[in-house]
Parts: sequence; structure tokens; C-alpha cells
Amino acid sequence: MRIINMAHGSLYAFGAFVGAWLLGLAAGSSGMQPPYLIVLLPVAAVAVGLVGAVIEPLLRPLYARAEEYQLLMTFGLLLIFEDGMRFLWGPTPLTASTFWSAFGSIDILGSTYPVYNIVVIGLGLLSAVLLWTLVYRTKFGVILRATSQNRRMAEALGINVSRLYLQAFALGCLLAGLGGAIVVPIQGAVLGMGIDALVLSFVVVVIGGMGSLEGALIGAIIVGVVRTIAVQYFAELELAVLYLIGATVLILRPTGLLGKA
Amino acid sequence: MTTNATAAEMPAVAPLDAGRRDRASAMRWAVVLAIVLLLLPLAEHVPVIGVIASPFQRVVLTYGLAYGIAVLGFNLLLRYTGLLSFGHAAFFGGAAYASGLLIKYLHVTSMEIFLLAGVATGCLLAALFGFVCVRFTRFFFATLTLALSQVVWALALKYFYITNGTDGLRIPTPTLLGHFVASADVARFLSTTYYYYVVVIFFASVAVLWVIVHSPFGKALQAIRDNETRAQFVGIDVLRYRWNAFVISGAFTGLAGTLWGPLNEVVTPDALHWTFSGKIVFMAVLGGFKSFAGPVLGGVAYNYLETYVIKATVYWQALLGVILVLLVLFMPNGISGALESLGRRLRRTT
Amino acid sequence: MPLLTATGLRKYFGETHAVDDVAFRVEPKELVALIGSNGAGKTTLVNLLSGFVAPDEGTIAFEGANITKFSVHERIRAGVARSFQIVNLFDQLTALDNVRLTIFSRDGKTRAVLRLAESDGEARNEALGILREFGLEEKQATPAMDLAQGERKLLDVAVAYALRPKLILLDEPTSGVGTREKGTIMDIISRVVRELGLAAVIVEHDMDVVFTYSDRIVVMHQGKVLAEGTPEQIRAHERVATILLGHA
Repeated sequence: MRIINMAHGSLYAFGAFVGAWLLGLAAGSSGMQPPYLIVLLPVAAVAVGLVGAVIEPLLRPLYARAEEYQLLMTFGLLLIFEDGMRFLWGPTPLTASTFWSAFGSIDILGSTYPVYNIVVIGLGLLSAVLLWTLVYRTKFGVILRATSQNRRMAEALGINVSRLYLQAFALGCLLAGLGGAIVVPIQGAVLGMGIDALVLSFVVVVIGGMGSLEGALIGAIIVGVVRTIAVQYFAELELAVLYLIGATVLILRPTGLLGKA
Repeated sequence: MTTNATAAEMPAVAPLDAGRRDRASAMRWAVVLAIVLLLLPLAEHVPVIGVIASPFQRVVLTYGLAYGIAVLGFNLLLRYTGLLSFGHAAFFGGAAYASGLLIKYLHVTSMEIFLLAGVATGCLLAALFGFVCVRFTRFFFATLTLALSQVVWALALKYFYITNGTDGLRIPTPTLLGHFVASADVARFLSTTYYYYVVVIFFASVAVLWVIVHSPFGKALQAIRDNETRAQFVGIDVLRYRWNAFVISGAFTGLAGTLWGPLNEVVTPDALHWTFSGKIVFMAVLGGFKSFAGPVLGGVAYNYLETYVIKATVYWQALLGVILVLLVLFMPNGISGALESLGRRLRRTT
Repeated sequence: MPLLTATGLRKYFGETHAVDDVAFRVEPKELVALIGSNGAGKTTLVNLLSGFVAPDEGTIAFEGANITKFSVHERIRAGVARSFQIVNLFDQLTALDNVRLTIFSRDGKTRAVLRLAESDGEARNEALGILREFGLEEKQATPAMDLAQGERKLLDVAVAYALRPKLILLDEPTSGVGTREKGTIMDIISRVVRELGLAAVIVEHDMDVVFTYSDRIVVMHQGKVLAEGTPEQIRAHERVATILLGHA
């Protein structure tokens, strides 16, 4: 869609907060968070999607303008979101660890591994497949790809571009929120996680290559693995290591590993 | 194509005049401003004007001037090279940290040494950042600068035994020109002697940047901004020039950070954080990044905003965000743009 | 001896042979028209010659020196300049600045950081002179983006010309302008080129332009050179007529 959205990480964080909050609500006084509450996560995602639908009209006047304005505007939204989350949920992190542990753990190859984490891997793969199918196999996806390549032509063919962009943007926000919600039982929702997510996703796209869904997937996997290893050996420098890797990849292969320039 | 000989002669004169006219008017504004700023402390005890000229206001203004230099440096990249950086806090805060470290470990008190170290720090960091970042534009450039400055921030926090972590490093008032030292009344020193020091450096910086922007180098940067491919095809080494611009930008922002240090009396990791970079961006948009002087207006205006309004609420980030969104939608050329269109409208009616 | 010689040039984009074993030469002071239907490989050939893309196979020699591995920068230094089919100008700069900046770059003056661009009278006068030759002097203070399409095409050529090249590559210099303007633009270009004894390669679709102004015509088709010769020879060439001109 060629939208540059600096607030994307904040939408992810928002999804995390909403997800943790919903789980907390559902637990009520008992504090129990049985696994079937997993249905709340898509609810959180939809909430974020709706937020996206509300924001999109603000961005609309900017499609025609220079890209800096999109960056600036979405940066402004980022600031609003960060404080918005602080306002709604206060400065202390929200957790959903009871939900996480409700899934129990299993033994794999001698070590215990939390079941929820496996669920997350599964959900991640499922989302990737669904997204790929949507973009490459559905009518909506075809129309979206066509419009992103030639907006005027699409309009001439009778496509309601405004509505399409609204839907696509909301969908993107929904996915971001879903990501946050899925991850929150493991990590908790912390202020500032949006920025980390933004930079991380940037590193993912850089490593995997812009314009390539498969690349994003591979980049994400690489980032995830590197992070885990780095946390073991260079705890405080974990983030720095990631940024440096991203920078190195950029220097050596400016289009990323699988990118289309 | 046949052109009327006389018609061909006339236009050759007019644009030269227009350029000279703009320069003359800019000079006039600068001189007026210089006179006002230099005489300000003397107006301290004058009945009504005295309020704006009070020591407190002068210190506030000094903050604003320092920010102004920082944003001017930032705008060299944005307006003239077409690169939007979200990492300038690294140069600003980094320079202030240079002062703090010199004080902590070497007990330096000379402002001139701080300035040297600050500019050098800004240059060095910008050179490093630039090496990676100038290959990219727009979103990648923006996020990369943000990421790299966050690395600096993370390092400042991690090596707390050097940097005092969140407590930060103290920056007591330095000695100016080896001669001017603050007495017990620090406020008076800051609002008078230090104030003049900053004003002079401010005008010097503005002059240097103005020349840079209007130099052949400056034109080459603008060409790169407008059309990277054509710039290449005209023989310009795009990456090298971007990198040069980056280093110059870092130098000026570093200079600003050094000037800011003694005013703030302490430097904490906040000055390295992306939110601070965001403030610099905000200042540029507020003042209007499309004009040369806009950044200065933005720096000064933002400082007043921060002093009076933002400290009133915990959710100042959101407030900034809202203003930023509104600026982008309704006033994309900032204060300077609004002033310009106002000026044009007035000229049309007279 | 030819100014430019290219042999065995090949460029693939995936499966497509954009340029397929092409031999091409330009004599000094010659105006060569490069024609062919869309997708014939003309722009790719220009891209190869100007250094925008590197060939997969083949060599390019300019004034005897092998420039195949030369960067864009080095080719400009050697004397090869180009203009663009889709106008490539410095839109926010004035017409004068577009040319003047080119002159600065050519003379290595863009390193000057602490001197005002205005103060260089020599560069200014030369820039004005070039604008005058291209009929753009009146518009010197107009930002490039505010010029009319025909003026923009001329400025695009003027910028390449300001590099004082020995060989100028013009990619569709009259595309997108009305018939009357086409003549004007080509008049100016051919006059300027002939006066200074430049060699020029012009990619064109307009056959009237091609037959009126060129010394020699090279016809490309599907990545290969189909025919070459003087305008008369090409006009009489059977296959060219069928493929390009639509009549037997």
C-alpha cells in the first residue's frame, strides 16, 4: 500500500495491552485464565483494527504529498498512542502470565517447553499462511495489489480506492494488534514496547528484504533466534546486537536477503 | 526559436536583483534581531519590557537559541538533502555527555574545550551513523537513525559506572574564554555573560550554515534531494555528499548540545532517547522546515511551549503528538510558512 | 576511427533478452538515430552505454579506452552524458540552478562549502549562455517543476549538454510534446550538437524527426540490430518498412 507508518509498533503494543486487559477482565476475581480464553486475542486484534479504521482518514490527505509528511504524521500518532496507553493502563506493566501457564508445558528432547509458546509458533505460521492466501489468492488481494501499483487505473476501473485503502489499513492494524495480543502472555505489556517492536520489525524487513512476504518471515525467524541467543550471552546488549546486525546486513546486501529492490 | 532581443536582456537583470533583494532583507532581519538580543539584558529594569528581558526569560531564550542551532543542523539534512533523521538526540546528548565526562574524569572547566569536544563528538557519531544510513532514504533512513541513536542510549544506560546511568552527569557552569567565571550567583552569570556567549555563537552558526546552504555544495545537496539519479548523472557522488551533510549536521547539533549542557546543569540519558529526537523533528515542523529560518523559530517556540505548557501535564507526549498531527494536516509549512503567507496577503492588499 | 564502439553487448532481465548480441558504433560528430518498436531494447542500450546498468556480456570502448567497467561518474569524466525519456530534473531548483549546478559538478566545484554559489560569475555566465542557446533564458528563475513540458525536455538536454560531453545520449527528447514543439526542440538540439561538433545518439519514435535530422539510423528489434544505414537506405529497407512503418 506504500504507507509508511511509524505508529505500527504502537498498534502492536496497543493490541498487547488490550489483550492483557481482556484476559484480566475475564479472569475476574478468581484469577483463573483457562486456555479457551484464547478467543479473546482475536477480539483484541479486531479492536486494534477498528482503531486503524479511525486513524486512516487522517492519513488520507497525505497519500498525495511527500513521504516525509506520512512519517511525521504517523510519528505524531505514535506519540499520542504511547501516552494513550499510559493514560488507559498506567505506567505499570500488565501481565497475562496466568493465562500463559494455564497451557502447561511438555517435555521435548529432554527439556521442558511451555505449550503456549508452541501455540504461538502455530498461530504465527497460520497467520502467515492466511495473509499470503489473502494477498495472493483472493479477489481482495488482487485488487489491493493492482491498486497499489496503479491507483488511477484502479479508480478508472470502478474500484472504490478510498474504501479499499481503509480496509487494507485496518487489516494491517488488526494484524499488528493480533501480534501484540498473542505475545502478551509471554512478555507482558510494557510501556515502550511499541518502539522496540517498531525497530525490531524494521530489522526484520531489512534482513528479509522489502517487498517480500517470505523475506519478512525469514527475517523474523532470524531475528527471533538471534535475540534468544544474544539474551543468553550478552544480556544488556541484546537490542544493540540486533540493531548492529540490521546495520551490517544493510551494508552488505542493501536489498536484504530476499528483497526486491 | 526567435526571441526578442530586448526581452532577452531584461530577465537577465531581474533574478539577480531578486537574489540580492532576498539577501538584503535577510541581512536586515538578522541585524535587527542581533541588536534586540544584544540589548535585551540592558532592558531588564525598564518597566513594561522588563518582563521579557528578565534574567529568567533570558535563560529561557538561551535554551531556545541552543535548540535553534540544533534544529538548523537537523534541517540541513531534512530540507536541503531530503533526509528525515529520527536520531539527532545522539549528537545533541552525546555532545553534552562529552562535557559531563570531561568534567567527571579530567575536571575540565573551559567552555572552549567543551565546545571542541562536543563538536567532535557530534561529527564522530554522525560519521559512524552516516556510513550506514546514507545508503538509504525515507523510511529506512528514518528508522535506521532511530535505531542507532537508541543503541547510544542503551550504552549510556548500560555503562552506568561511567555515565551515572539515569542520574546523569553534572555540568556546572564552565569558564568562558578562560576568564569569565560564575560567582555564587549562577543565575546572573547564566542570564548575562553566558547569554551573550551563546548569542554570539548563535549568530556565527547561523551565518556559517547560511553560507553552506547557498554554496555550490549546498546546491549539490539540493540536487541530490530533488533527483538522486540525475545528480549521479551529473557527476555527483551521492553517498559521499550525503555523508558530508550528515557530518556537518551532527557537528552543529553537537555544538547545540554543548551549549545546552551548562544551562541544564545536568545531562541524563533522556537527552539521548528517541523522544528527544522526536522533539527536534517537532521543532522543525513547528517552525517550518521549508525555510532557512523556520528551524530557529521552531526551536525557540517549542522551548516556550515546553516551559509553559508541557510541564503542566504528564501526557505532554500526546499533546505534542496532537499538535504535530494538526501541523501536518493544516499548517505543513509551520510558523514560518504561516508568516510568509500572511506577509504575502498583506502585500497584496496594500 | 569511431568515437564509441560496442561489441557483443548482452543484457538479460530474467528470461528476457533486452539487448541480445548488439554491435554499435558512433563516429565523431555523427548524429545517430536509434529506432525500433517498444521493447526493442533502445533504452536498455542507452542505459548500458551511459553506465546505468552493467552488461552481462560485451565490451564498450570510448575513444579507444575500454569503459565497460566504468561507473556513471567515470563515464561522465570520459565525456559521455545522457538525457532522460521521463524528464529527470532538479524540480525545486531554478532552470539556472539546474544548469549551474551541473557546471559546478563538472568543474569539481561542488566541494566548495564556504563560498556562495552566486559569487561564481563564470559559472553563472556559462549557465546563462547555455540557457540562451536552448531558448530558456527567460525562464532562468523558474523552478524546473513549473516549466512547460517542452521546456522541461529542453532543460533535460541542456543539463546533459552542460557537462560538455563528446557524446550525448538523448532518450526520446521529443516525447510527450506537441508536433510543432517537436520541430523546435529538434532544431535546437541539432544546431547545438552540430555547432560544437558533438556526437549524438537519439532514441526516437517520430519518423519525421528521425529522417530529417539523423546522419545514420540504427534499427533495433527484439534486442538485436535489425538494420543500419543512412536514412535513404533505411527507407528503402524492406523488413524495416514492414515491421516499423506498417507498410510493405
